[in-house]
Amino acid sequence: MARQDATRKKIAVTILAWALGIAMFFPIFWTAVAAFKTESDAYTLPQNWLSTPWTLENFSIVQERSDYVRYIINTLVIAGLSTILGLAFAVPAAWSMAFAPVQKSTNTRSGRAWLGMILGTAFVMGLLIYLLFGWDLTGNWIFGFIALIIVIVPVGWWVFTRNTTDTLLWMLSTKMMPPAGALIPIYLIFNRNGLVFKDWGWIDLTDWNLMDSFWGMVPLMMLLNLPIIIWMLYTYFKEIPMEILEAARVDGASVWNELWRILLPMGIPGIVSTCLLNLILAWNEAFWTLNLTNKYAAPLSFFISEYSSPEGQFWAKLSAASIMAIAPIMVVGWFSQRQLVRGLTFGAVK
Amino acid sequence: MGTIILNKVRKVFGDVVIIPGADLEIREGEFIVFVGPSGCGKSTLLRLIAGLEDTTSGTISIDGKDMTDAAPGERGLAMVFQSYALYPHMSVRDNIAFPLKMARMPQDKIDAAVKSAAGKLNLTDYLDRKPRQLSGGQRQRVAIGRAIVREPSAFLFDEPLSNLDAALRVNMRVEILQMHQSMKATMVYVTHDQVEAMTMADRIVVLNRGNIEQVGSPLELYNKPNSLFVAGFIGSPKMNLIEDNSLGIRPEHIAVDAKKGEWQGTVKLSEHLGSDTFLHVDAGKRGNMTVRATGESGFGPGDKIFMTPEAGRLHHFNKEGRAVRS
Repeated sequence: MARQDATRKKIAVTILAWALGIAMFFPIFWTAVAAFKTESDAYTLPQNWLSTPWTLENFSIVQERSDYVRYIINTLVIAGLSTILGLAFAVPAAWSMAFAPVQKSTNTRSGRAWLGMILGTAFVMGLLIYLLFGWDLTGNWIFGFIALIIVIVPVGWWVFTRNTTDTLLWMLSTKMMPPAGALIPIYLIFNRNGLVFKDWGWIDLTDWNLMDSFWGMVPLMMLLNLPIIIWMLYTYFKEIPMEILEAARVDGASVWNELWRILLPMGIPGIVSTCLLNLILAWNEAFWTLNLTNKYAAPLSFFISEYSSPEGQFWAKLSAASIMAIAPIMVVGWFSQRQLVRGLTFGAVK
Repeated sequence: MGTIILNKVRKVFGDVVIIPGADLEIREGEFIVFVGPSGCGKSTLLRLIAGLEDTTSGTISIDGKDMTDAAPGERGLAMVFQSYALYPHMSVRDNIAFPLKMARMPQDKIDAAVKSAAGKLNLTDYLDRKPRQLSGGQRQRVAIGRAIVREPSAFLFDEPLSNLDAALRVNMRVEILQMHQSMKATMVYVTHDQVEAMTMADRIVVLNRGNIEQVGSPLELYNKPNSLFVAGFIGSPKMNLIEDNSLGIRPEHIAVDAKKGEWQGTVKLSEHLGSDTFLHVDAGKRGNMTVRATGESGFGPGDKIFMTPEAGRLHHFNKEGRAVRS
């Protein structure tokens, strides 16, 4: 009986999984089919799913109208470089959190006390600025800088005097904010280089525009995904026994050797799946690329959006462009799905 | 080479005091064992010496140099961990060579040193294997090999045998002792097993809640325990502590007789080990006692017996648990 129940359960789960899979795959299937139809056939409802004349003209038109190779190179540059740059920051960060070479702080203030301190500082400073300057901040970068310090110093203090879990959550919390909320400041920084950095330091950044350039997009993409990379690497590194790193320290390994010869080789599976995930996230990112690129650094998401034009929707061409944009990353994802699933479930946050 | 001096070493984690203040002098070439129940701070003390933890206050000097704030790799010590802590992605050869590589020794010297260490530890045939392809005992040997190639000024062992099965443990114990004798190196060994402590140590350091209770040779601790804690911890079976913990007598220092003696009691249980028999005795107002009878004792549960403590083998303790010697 028990075995029969188990079989039934298995069948039910299998059916459910397939149903869910098909439901999720259906839009992609529709896109793929529509890409090979004429504009009018693609637009017809109800669809003649498979009984229409097939054509490749959409692809040739898309290829003619926009430079696919350029977009794919831009995407590879942004996704690839941001992943490498992200790893360069995330590996040491995750290492220091997982194996905390600094001893735990003796600070015992509660989170609520800290929140009060942070909000209190901001309020008092705000009040002072209001009383002394009538809250006139416009056009005065010093005030912008002071406002930034008021927020960053107490928050940073809070993060670094408390334990790793707080730091991790704080980093992840930046991903919980709607990106549109940060669009305007980032847009201004990209466009004018003026807000905070004007006349700051020995490089005059005033005419050095970050908008629509790799110099802006690669660090931005890296920063967007950094919390996720750090979090994933952290959970991986947690699985590596601390004693092995300690053995390396006793054996006289420098920090560099400890990271390069011990941690990296042992963490390769985790690092590979983190890279894959980051690559996919960066590849698919649309919000920031649509807002901050235009031509020179525009990636594939921009390429797709070109076919959703004000003159009307060209379903077939839009589909063809979409398929061209997602095909490479789908192939990569398909071949690495085992790695990816392992990476996402392995050492899941406990 | 190999003297380690701890001066008022204190370690605090947050609000928890792990080691209130330890003073200890480890002499050159000595085999010293830290022993105590789990959570007594013995591993922390070892890790402080290794530099894997920072001291809260106090100083640690090694070979006369102040090493309190030196990095672990600068202290010239080698450590063998409980979990062996081998580098799983490296072959046995690379594992043993790692400390020498870190010291930037020329390759030909590294090869020679690895070869000689592997020869000493019977690992020559396994040099190209990965740690996962080795048995527990072989892994332990690799860990020791990694320690001896450096010719460190002292070896630190953190419960190195607790992951091995009983038979192998005895073998490795002998091997480590032989190694100590041939190398004449200072060794600091942490264990919770008092049999290991008694059999291996030149001097034992008994720790209790981070405090050093007593330092002395195994027989000193056995014969003249400073406190109730040491008295109860050293020796197996445990010393009998009777008359409200004011009096202690070891099971092997009591003579048993059927007819006459100082104390009277009733046997509750007898354990036969072949060479000895341990009698668990209800001694009335004195409490429960364990008594060793040599050979196969005829006494069984319910038998009335008389016990006589051996002269000069009684230990007296005051109310604070300190030994009182007349």
